[in-house]
Amino acid sequence: MSNVQFTIQGLKAQVEGKEILKGVDIEIKGGEIHAIMGPNGTGKSTLASAVMGHPVYEVTDGSITLNGEDVLEMEVDERARAGLFLAMQYPSEIAGVTNADFLRSAINARRSEGDEISLIKFIRQMEGSMNKLSIDPQFMHRYLNEGFSGGEKKRNEILQMAMLDPKICILDEIDSGLDIDALKIVADGVNEMRSEERGFLIITHYQRLLNYISPDFVHVMMQGRIVRSGGPELAQRLENDGYEWLKEELGIEDETVGQETEEFQMPMNTTAPKY
Amino acid sequence: MTTETLLPANRDSIQAASKANGEPEWLINLRMRALELAGQLELPKLEKTRIDRWQMDAYGVNKAGQPVTELEELPETVKELLPQSDIGHLIVQRNSAAIYATISEELSKQGVIYTDMATAVRDHSELLQQHFMSVVKPEEHRVTALHAAVCQGGVFVYVPKNVRVELPLQALYITDDAAASFSPHILIVAEQGSDVTYVDNVVSTGLRSELVHNAVVEIVAKPSATVRFATVHRLDKGVTDLSTRRAIVEQDARVEWILGEMNDGNCMSDTTSILKGNGSSSDHKVICVGTGDQKLNITTRAVHFGRQSTSDMITRAVMRDESTAIVNGITKIEKGATGAHGEQTERVLMLSPKARGDANPMLLIDEDEVTAGHAASVGQVNKDQLYYMMSRGISEDQATRLIIYGFLAPVVSEIPVESLENKLSEWVERKLGQ
Ligand SMILES: Nc1ncnc2c1ncn2[C@@H]1O[C@H](COP(=O)(O)OP(=O)(O)O)[C@@H](O)[C@H]1O
Ligand SMILES: [Mg+2]
Repeated sequence: MSNVQFTIQGLKAQVEGKEILKGVDIEIKGGEIHAIMGPNGTGKSTLASAVMGHPVYEVTDGSITLNGEDVLEMEVDERARAGLFLAMQYPSEIAGVTNADFLRSAINARRSEGDEISLIKFIRQMEGSMNKLSIDPQFMHRYLNEGFSGGEKKRNEILQMAMLDPKICILDEIDSGLDIDALKIVADGVNEMRSEERGFLIITHYQRLLNYISPDFVHVMMQGRIVRSGGPELAQRLENDGYEWLKEELGIEDETVGQETEEFQMPMNTTAPKY
Repeated sequence: MTTETLLPANRDSIQAASKANGEPEWLINLRMRALELAGQLELPKLEKTRIDRWQMDAYGVNKAGQPVTELEELPETVKELLPQSDIGHLIVQRNSAAIYATISEELSKQGVIYTDMATAVRDHSELLQQHFMSVVKPEEHRVTALHAAVCQGGVFVYVPKNVRVELPLQALYITDDAAASFSPHILIVAEQGSDVTYVDNVVSTGLRSELVHNAVVEIVAKPSATVRFATVHRLDKGVTDLSTRRAIVEQDARVEWILGEMNDGNCMSDTTSILKGNGSSSDHKVICVGTGDQKLNITTRAVHFGRQSTSDMITRAVMRDESTAIVNGITKIEKGATGAHGEQTERVLMLSPKARGDANPMLLIDEDEVTAGHAASVGQVNKDQLYYMMSRGISEDQATRLIIYGFLAPVVSEIPVESLENKLSEWVERKLGQ
């Protein structure tokens, strides 16, 4: 029995007063890989951000727990220290803060005062992880994500994940902007981290990544909900046939959420043109 | 003259100090003329800053220090501030006069002059007369005039043609007696093709009343010379810091300024590169941290006369509490300076709702064939950056600190002497941690 248990129940969240998540349920245990697929604009990143606690996303209903602890009660940094990790779709660039200083601060934040990781041990560990991910060791002293290419940023997210040893890893579109070689490297990095002590939630709108990281469960998100769950065969079907069949089955026309298509409205009180 | 009675100095005290130092006639005359000007001229007009409301009169009187020959004999307060390592060439001034110097033989063998100003006026009178108050002039306003009239101490640097000075020339200016004047004059003359780095540290400790620090830095960079100037100021709340710095940069010469404004009191910092020669270049990097209710008026200025001259200026200010910073960047390109290129960036990071920050980029361009750019911003700590760092487990406080240090890093990391870089980091820390 794994001792990691991550549960999202009935999660509703809004941004700027617009409801985006309309009741999401997911349960992830250690050792499991879950994939969330879905077209753009269906609420996948919103789910990831709400789980991590981004201040723009307001949770209005539902619960999130990690090993029984109430995640929604925690600040962003507490969530991270409790074991959540989010590899972001758009990682921030922070000038003046080196990759190494940033990661060391993150590691030390998990250790008590006086028990900080020694510089030499840290450097070895970081070099080792960078090597595995084929990241140029120079990047250690580069400013955090500043001037990194899309692919370099994604690999840097995986580097952080590898070094912070989280319990639940959420990867948001980690495959976007990666060429096939980089994709394999990232997938290897993830596969290497697979363990009974860790669960994964992999968000993607392509099936491609799932050729390299085989999921145990696949969920499809539309209109801010999980509309279908299944095994790896569901991802395969989506790859072959696209999303149309599913939309048809579900009677969904517009799968997105929060993007009200502005309906044309007859202006009131108009007078007909006079001839 | 009736106006003179309002000035914080008078003929008799200035003449007495000059005589005591054995100053040459030309300097005494210059001081007397400057004093007269000070009685007639107005205070400088600063952008959005009421300098007339600052403490502008507490100049103190000239007080000679107690010279020592060994580092060990220096007072504890001074010793604490000395570089721990890489001392190289060092002059220490306490209050109005130098009290210690260690300068290696190497320098004089190369023909380099590095000496305190009181010695320079006696031993190098002619050389000094050519340059003293020629880059910054007494006629400009009351502050420069008063400086010329009352300045005591400071250093004189002279680097002969094609000489490279390996180690930085270092100086420490410390004031611990508000009754003593503290207005040093720094003059650096770099002859053709020479190369020198000068680094200093201006500090107060244990002052019991208010004081004005009215300092002038003049740099003359002859053709193809390179001068690097770095300074860190840490003057107490009761000290008004009036620092006017200016360089004349001749053909293909280069001047670099690095300034760390870590004062607790009001500060006017005005630093100009006059790019006189073709192909001349300058670089300004300034950081400041505002705390309490201090008011900062920080100006960087590049004036292009030379063709193909280039300038770059960066100012970064972090503002806390109820502090105010007016940050001005002025790129002036004169007619005829074809091919000139000037860049400037002023950024102000506001950490408190009561702090005020103003970034004023000014491009004044009188020539067509030039390129110039500017960027300015006043903002708070970026929320997405904070979130990103916190999502890795870093606390909000720590993440904020990392972002602030990152904001200041482009300047801190450029300080050419490691011990001063560490000190600057420490002082940034002190100001941010209060
Ligand atoms: N920060 C935000 N501000 C405003 N609207 C947002 C924000 N984040 C997401 N949304 C809206 O939420 C909806 C879902 O977006 P998102 O969760 O990014 O979808 P996905 O990741 O599936 O492409 C979109 O309509 C988008 O406009
Ligand atoms: Mg997304």
